[in-house]
Amino acid sequence: MISSVKASAPRNYRQTTTINLTMQTLLVVATLLAVAPLLWITGYVLVVGGSALKLSFLTKDYEAPELATEGEVIEGFPGVEHQGFERDERDGPNLDFVARGGVLHGIVGTMIITGLALIIVVPIGLMAGVFLAEYPDTWVTVVVRFACDVLTGAPSIVVGVVAYVLLVRHLGFSALAGSLALTFLMVPTITRTTEEMLKLVPMTIRDAATALGSPLWYATFTVVLPAALPGIVTGVMLAFARGAGETAPLILTAFGNHTLSFDVFGPMHALPLIVYRFTDSPFPSEHTYAWGGAFVLTMIVLGANILVRVVTAYTQVKGR
Amino acid sequence: MRVESIRLLIETKAVRNRILQQVYRRIHYGDTVFWLITLVFALVVVGMIGAILFVTLYGSAMAREQFGWGFLTNPRWYHEQDGVPIYGAWPAVYGTLASSTIAVLLAGPIGIGSGVFLAELCPPWLRMPLSVLIELLAAIPSVIFGLWGVLVLAPLFERHIAIPVSRTIGTTVPLLEGPVSKGGVMIAGMVLALMILPTIAAITRDVVAVVPNSQRELLFSLGATRWQVIWLAVLPYAFAGVIGGVMLGLGRALGETMAAVMLIGNRTTVSLSLFASGTTSAALIATQLPNREDALHESALIYLALILFAITFTVNALARLLVWRIAASTR
Amino acid sequence: MVSVVSVMNGEQPAKQPAAAPVGHARGHSLTVRNLVPFYGKRQAVRPVNLDIPPCQITAIIGPSGCGKSTMLRCLNRMHEMVAQARVEGTVWLDHEDIYAAGVDPRLVRRKIGMVFQHPAVLHTRSIYENVAIGPRMSGITRRRELDDLVEHSLHQAALWHEVQDRLKHPARMLSGGQQQRLSIARTLAIAPDVILFDEPCAALDPIATSKIEELLVALRSDYTLVIVTHNLQQAVRISDRTAVFMIDRDAKDYIGSLVEVNDTAEVFSNPQDPRTQDYISGRVG
Repeated sequence: MISSVKASAPRNYRQTTTINLTMQTLLVVATLLAVAPLLWITGYVLVVGGSALKLSFLTKDYEAPELATEGEVIEGFPGVEHQGFERDERDGPNLDFVARGGVLHGIVGTMIITGLALIIVVPIGLMAGVFLAEYPDTWVTVVVRFACDVLTGAPSIVVGVVAYVLLVRHLGFSALAGSLALTFLMVPTITRTTEEMLKLVPMTIRDAATALGSPLWYATFTVVLPAALPGIVTGVMLAFARGAGETAPLILTAFGNHTLSFDVFGPMHALPLIVYRFTDSPFPSEHTYAWGGAFVLTMIVLGANILVRVVTAYTQVKGR
Repeated sequence: MRVESIRLLIETKAVRNRILQQVYRRIHYGDTVFWLITLVFALVVVGMIGAILFVTLYGSAMAREQFGWGFLTNPRWYHEQDGVPIYGAWPAVYGTLASSTIAVLLAGPIGIGSGVFLAELCPPWLRMPLSVLIELLAAIPSVIFGLWGVLVLAPLFERHIAIPVSRTIGTTVPLLEGPVSKGGVMIAGMVLALMILPTIAAITRDVVAVVPNSQRELLFSLGATRWQVIWLAVLPYAFAGVIGGVMLGLGRALGETMAAVMLIGNRTTVSLSLFASGTTSAALIATQLPNREDALHESALIYLALILFAITFTVNALARLLVWRIAASTR
Repeated sequence: MVSVVSVMNGEQPAKQPAAAPVGHARGHSLTVRNLVPFYGKRQAVRPVNLDIPPCQITAIIGPSGCGKSTMLRCLNRMHEMVAQARVEGTVWLDHEDIYAAGVDPRLVRRKIGMVFQHPAVLHTRSIYENVAIGPRMSGITRRRELDDLVEHSLHQAALWHEVQDRLKHPARMLSGGQQQRLSIARTLAIAPDVILFDEPCAALDPIATSKIEELLVALRSDYTLVIVTHNLQQAVRISDRTAVFMIDRDAKDYIGSLVEVNDTAEVFSNPQDPRTQDYISGRVG
């Protein structure tokens, strides 16, 4: 019995089969190459950063490193961790320094700076989103959408420069300037999610409201916005996550401050700034601040993102 | 009596109509006001772009007057000529371009590959977790990439790659020659690549996923292999979108500050070797603006911010044009 | 020869021996034995036994959702491309079981071509490239050879005179009917033995439909054709044999089954199965 199907193989059959296998393998390899380092990073932050976590890390602000007393455990980057001695190997005075403080001031600072930015951003983004979604497309909407896209792609250092010129030059480094800079970065997120979410609200709901004689603004506030609320909250949380993770603009504005501060007109520390400043600290033990700060920051940012997903999934299931 | 009552009726009707009219007008009025309010807030968003342009143009006026376009090509960030300070942007612009190019060369193929894998080859049970993972990783703050880069990757890279390579290939290829410094263009580009990987992968996955199934099926029905389907039907169809995604990644790499500031070494000189320190526009601004020396120094830094904004704007605009084009052609 | 495969409600047909069928002197036949396509755990059709004779047009008719297209896609192993889909049973191309272990579905698909319901062309490619892509994938690179193949296939698909002066134009610019004939040309270019048509005229206007029908009748002398259609008149006009698929109204599982296969004239003038009678007289469907 002659196999006509097998005999019909084109002359490049083996070649194409080999290429197919090779390329599919390469695609798998590319995926591994993409996922592995990213997992490596998160793994480090979770393990090393997590090990820095003690209650005092969350309840204290910065304390200058002190000379280690004998037998004290000196933490820091893995491998650096060891016990302190009075004298070192060559019998000189021991120069081990111990970081004893925490990052409370950074957590508070991040909350204040980002929260303040949210207070400015939410009304702007919400109303601009309503404008984009509820009114017919004109050249104005095109311009507004374009502006949103440009803001999304604007380098964060540039908006830092803007806040620096507008506020810092006159008032000095301040948390308020930091909030202003973050505003630029958070506005497009909220505007575009609000727009998308409002557009998902069925037209029939609006029609029902207007058929009952309700003016548009009343319908928007009492019917349309509540219907889109979960989605809008999602946008706000994503914007918060984006703002909380930004470092570059804060270098030029909030600058950093080693003590717990609530003064929005003065310099203030924030978690990303702590990570940045202590990454190249001359005291290895102070790397603990960087890793621990990174851990807390990741928890905040990823927490917000995961919460968003859960909320979205939940409302979608409910809606169905 | 009857006439009276009719007149009364007419009057009450008239009064009622007047009230109704007022109510209607107020409602209508309310809508106009509401439209105006939303319009104002929408224009605030446009105003923010205006603010960026105004501040960078106004703040850089002094430097622009003094250095003009020569600022861009001047190979020295700072030198004095006859006691007059002169600034030049080329070291920063070169560093920005070089590190971003490395980032895109590394992240482009890997990101596209993993995006295609996610959309075309990934078994269904793995697709969802992998997609979520990649999207979550896109949200990790850049400073954390920097931290990991400085304390984990850079020492490994220096010991196991940079030094051996510079001693072997580096002796003939000037791009890879030693000495290896603590931070460098290469390691900064590598960390940048990791940062833009999720962006490229996610966009590729999305644009590949919307390629109509008919394109795949008709090639399969001709006896194509899976790779032939990807290469001959899927990727050409999604081409503009994929390139758009890579360019969005490029835009992000160009504007990124933290990975560069922490890893590139911050030296305002241009050297050919990728293992040598350099700087980028964003890094230079972040390190020098808080400690500005005088008005001219500040103006030059703001000029640099303007240039950076212009570069990222161009790249992002091109990227969006491409993505729009594919969206329009598939509709 | 009258082969009526009547399947009683809920009753599995007696399994026919899956012996290699007898070959034909000219053309290529398909023989389907106990074929059951699945989507995951869901059975799409009750076991199908069907003989598709060479160099004839076999029409598969039946109401929507009765599994005609699914069955058709099993004939060239396209069904298994759908996620979680799988097939039980066998299909013979002449003497060869295309579901046997070690048979590469790619080669099966080169032998048994397929034209889809929605005119599908490669969006990004020219008319020429759309026809040449099959031969190119099988390693033909010489320009001359490709040119000849493209011209011949377009002639066969009755499209050459309409497109000969714009071969480099994007294929998506063609009309729906032209795109469908281009799809046929693309399939002809890889020289298959059998061509499957999945409702090829469902998205076309009457004029384009009649052109495709003429084309199918012309192709019959060289190829074995199987066409799934909703259009009963179409089946009467062009097919030699007709297979009727129906969903049993009484059974609650909504699984389609093959209820009757016969010469087309027989099926429409003297249907053996009451369900067929209901369907062709318009009482069901």
